[in-house]
Amino acid sequence: MLEPTNHPAARSFLFGRLTLDSLPFLQPDLEGRIVLVTLCAVMLGGLAVLGLITKKRLWGYLWNEWFTSVDHKKLGIMYMILGTVMLLRGFADAIMMRAQQAIAFGPNMGYLPPEHYDQIFTAHGSIMIFFVAMAYIVGLINYVMPLQIGSRDVAFPFLNNLSFWFTFWGAITFMVSLFVGDFSTAGWLGYPPVSELQQGPGVDYYIWGLQLSGVGTLLSGVNFVVTIIKMRAPGMTMMKMPVFTWTSLCTSGLIIATFPVLTATLLLLSLDRYIGTHFFTSDFGGNVMMYINLIWVWGHPEVYILILPIFGIYSEIVPTFSGKPLFGYSSMVYATCAIMILSYLVWLHHFFTMGSGADVNSFFSLTTMIISIPTGVKIFNWLFTMYRGRVHFTVPMLWTMGFLFTFTIGGMTGVMLSVAPADFLLHNSLFLIAHFHNVIIGGVVFGVFAGVNYWFPKAFGFKLDEFWGKASFWFWQIGFWLAFGPLYIMGLMGVTRRLSHFDNPALQPYFIVAGIGAALIALGIGSFIIQIGISILRRKQYAVGGDPWNGRTLEWATSSPPPDYNFAFVPNVHERDAWMDMKKHGYQRPLTGFNDIHMPKNTATGVVIGVLSFACCFGLVWYIWWLAAVCFVGVIVASIAHTYNYHRDYHIPKAEVDSFEHSGNWQDAAQGANA
Amino acid sequence: MSNSNDHAAHGHEHGHDEHANHGSLRSYLTGFVLASILTIIPFWLVMGHVFQSHWVTITLVLLLAVVQILVHVVYFLHLDTRSEGGWNMLSFVFTIVLVVIVLGASIWVMYNENANMMPMSPQYQHNE
Amino acid sequence: MSSMAVDTAQSRFLCLKEPHAHNGTLLGFWIYLMSDCFIFASLFACYAVLGTSTAGGPTAAQVLDLHGLAINTALLLVSSVTFGFAMLEMARKNKGAVMLWLAVSGLLAAGFVTLEIHEFLGMIADGAGPGRSAFLSSFFTLVGTHGLHVSVGILWLIVLMTQLGKFGLTDANIRRMQCLSMFWHFLDLVWVGVFSFVYLTGVLR
Repeated sequence: MLEPTNHPAARSFLFGRLTLDSLPFLQPDLEGRIVLVTLCAVMLGGLAVLGLITKKRLWGYLWNEWFTSVDHKKLGIMYMILGTVMLLRGFADAIMMRAQQAIAFGPNMGYLPPEHYDQIFTAHGSIMIFFVAMAYIVGLINYVMPLQIGSRDVAFPFLNNLSFWFTFWGAITFMVSLFVGDFSTAGWLGYPPVSELQQGPGVDYYIWGLQLSGVGTLLSGVNFVVTIIKMRAPGMTMMKMPVFTWTSLCTSGLIIATFPVLTATLLLLSLDRYIGTHFFTSDFGGNVMMYINLIWVWGHPEVYILILPIFGIYSEIVPTFSGKPLFGYSSMVYATCAIMILSYLVWLHHFFTMGSGADVNSFFSLTTMIISIPTGVKIFNWLFTMYRGRVHFTVPMLWTMGFLFTFTIGGMTGVMLSVAPADFLLHNSLFLIAHFHNVIIGGVVFGVFAGVNYWFPKAFGFKLDEFWGKASFWFWQIGFWLAFGPLYIMGLMGVTRRLSHFDNPALQPYFIVAGIGAALIALGIGSFIIQIGISILRRKQYAVGGDPWNGRTLEWATSSPPPDYNFAFVPNVHERDAWMDMKKHGYQRPLTGFNDIHMPKNTATGVVIGVLSFACCFGLVWYIWWLAAVCFVGVIVASIAHTYNYHRDYHIPKAEVDSFEHSGNWQDAAQGANA
Repeated sequence: MSNSNDHAAHGHEHGHDEHANHGSLRSYLTGFVLASILTIIPFWLVMGHVFQSHWVTITLVLLLAVVQILVHVVYFLHLDTRSEGGWNMLSFVFTIVLVVIVLGASIWVMYNENANMMPMSPQYQHNE
Repeated sequence: MSSMAVDTAQSRFLCLKEPHAHNGTLLGFWIYLMSDCFIFASLFACYAVLGTSTAGGPTAAQVLDLHGLAINTALLLVSSVTFGFAMLEMARKNKGAVMLWLAVSGLLAAGFVTLEIHEFLGMIADGAGPGRSAFLSSFFTLVGTHGLHVSVGILWLIVLMTQLGKFGLTDANIRRMQCLSMFWHFLDLVWVGVFSFVYLTGVLR
């Protein structure tokens, strides 16, 4: 393990505890070689991309149109790209773990030393949750929700940009730990005492990366709530909102109520690490259990933060491809609200075994069982929507069917785990690992792919390739069960998680099957990337207009991709499924009579604050106090300077609106032809 | 985030949804008097050792704190069911419910775990 | 041509005149304050759990000074009311009086922070610093987080006073005043919890 210069005497003013010894790729061991090769690959790839951008003279375009943009659509796309890049990183970790576990039996110790293996599972978990799932969720809400409510942007466009940069630099903080220093070995939630005792920079990378992205997520949550409350099109009462917007609202409410708890908990952990307080130490009155309690106060609602908007995605896809309104709209809304409150009452089921009495365990066991009821309501609503509908088996619908099958099984194993006595046997076993991958892959990941396939034509004006989409789906679906089926079985046999080596060779066949499953999932991810590539190449052939799926909600009422201002005229809503209502009444898109449109201006403040925050966190990780202090002051100065800017908006002249409305990509907008 | 000039032109017709209740001199003074009384009583209860039982004092002090928080919410923050179409009140109630859950359940859970997992008398916790 | 285009379906389904955009700043700031409640809730929960874990070090009754607390509480309460007076003057568009009351509120809050720092330094000098025990860790963190919020409020107040001086009571500045006012009263509200739970009942536990 890298134990860099933790003695104060060995620290320099200029570089803190950062020395050449902290650079793993300079180490002569196997780990050093792996990191060196990775670093070279990343450098070459990075240089190639930068060279291409420079050669094509794209820097100005990227800066003006993307990095400084406050347009919710562009920020949404940037979140999706971030999520995909981080998915590749997180999945690389997964495949390394699967390879290690498939070979490390008996005398064979595998190719990863325990210290390295621990970093990999920690990075895998935290990256997949914070920078893949959350980035995808926030990206989809950002892109779709303002369009669904007939708005021109979110309530606080600048904050939206700032949120993105906080999340982005949080992800970079994680990535830097690959090449400078090492990463936490304390698991994705950083339990003490390991996270208190690990002296190197690993846990500090973890803490500051999460703090950055946590602030970004919190600001997004506030932004979405205010957007939904304040900026709905006239006539769209709460009970006429699309279900995806409803679930976005509930998820944002949960973000507001939980992410501060994460921020506070990590702050206390960092105080313990930096200034020697005693919150979670084993001596001086500290209480390790308090960390576990607090982190799960955030952690359990977090999984509902992930799944609720995904439920919203399915609730948009199923009616569209069944050609019917959603069955049980009101029950869907009430179920979502019920889940929102109940999700705050179940956190203890993550530590049934840690010493609570029977009364406490029974209470949280019951609430956990109760929360499955509104979820079950939703499953039946989707099934009844399909019942007697004319179901089109498009790629988004395929992912939805896969979800219904896979997620329901994951939900049932969840109910098994909610039984406290059973949990005493299954806690920390591979059964648990199989369960939460079952709901997160089968729920969140499938939902994200469904949503990407569904809304991609809206964002880019052409559909994604069907063949490679279906290939991706089947690889994922079969790969998932091969990868996690054996884990369920081994979990029931009592095999525990987070082990880099096993003594019992009888387990090896299971792990080999799981490895094959992971390889199939790799093919699924590959197919997804090929799907995107091929669709870009054939974009002319796959081009569509505003409404390629015969959609029901307002995002399909505008061109694909939508103009900066989203809608030339703000829609006036009368029914649920407002766009279907408009189509039924023979709505024709007007081509004259446009107004000037009031829009927010781009700003570089978000980029500046993001970079400075990252540098500040890097300084804190390596004890480079001057850097941290200078950048912290820089963040405050930049924020204050921003408040002196009173001219944050401009008007798009009606001539420009007129010209777009005559040239945009509309052709099937009002026809409802395809599907 | 909107341009100020733009608002000035037609600010009067929709001012009501942005400019919530500012309060009045009367409300601030009422709040001040009530808050002062509700502050002086608990200080007197604790510093004057009014009750023998600590738990009686603690309960009273915490009850008075809850009342004073409500006084602040009503007279200083001017929270009512009308501002922002009721969303201020709704988010406040949502917050209170969840804060009570976090505080109450955390204390309950941690009390349980301390009782079950750390059966130590205070002198064992000393760490000299 | 243009009158033909505006048929009934269009006027039914479109706002042909651009509707007024609602400003969400005040609601957004209120919701941010609600999220801040959860930071404080976590810290209060820590104090509730760890407040008696003194690890042989000083107890709350030994280190907490209720006389200083009374002065601090009074300072914050009065500054809350004087900020209210600034808001009343703002409604009357009386910029000079607004600035005066803001300055008074800021000075009172600065007095609060000064006294708190004084209290902290005294405790640390007496060997009762945040590293002494879990009780003191949770005490310093909770009270310090509140004090940090007040300090941020003072910085914000100074910036806003310069902006009021330079640009006057514009709509944007009025909104900022309303946000800062909420922040100011909110911190006084949190302080009620701090002095009741951390100090007054702390010394009795």
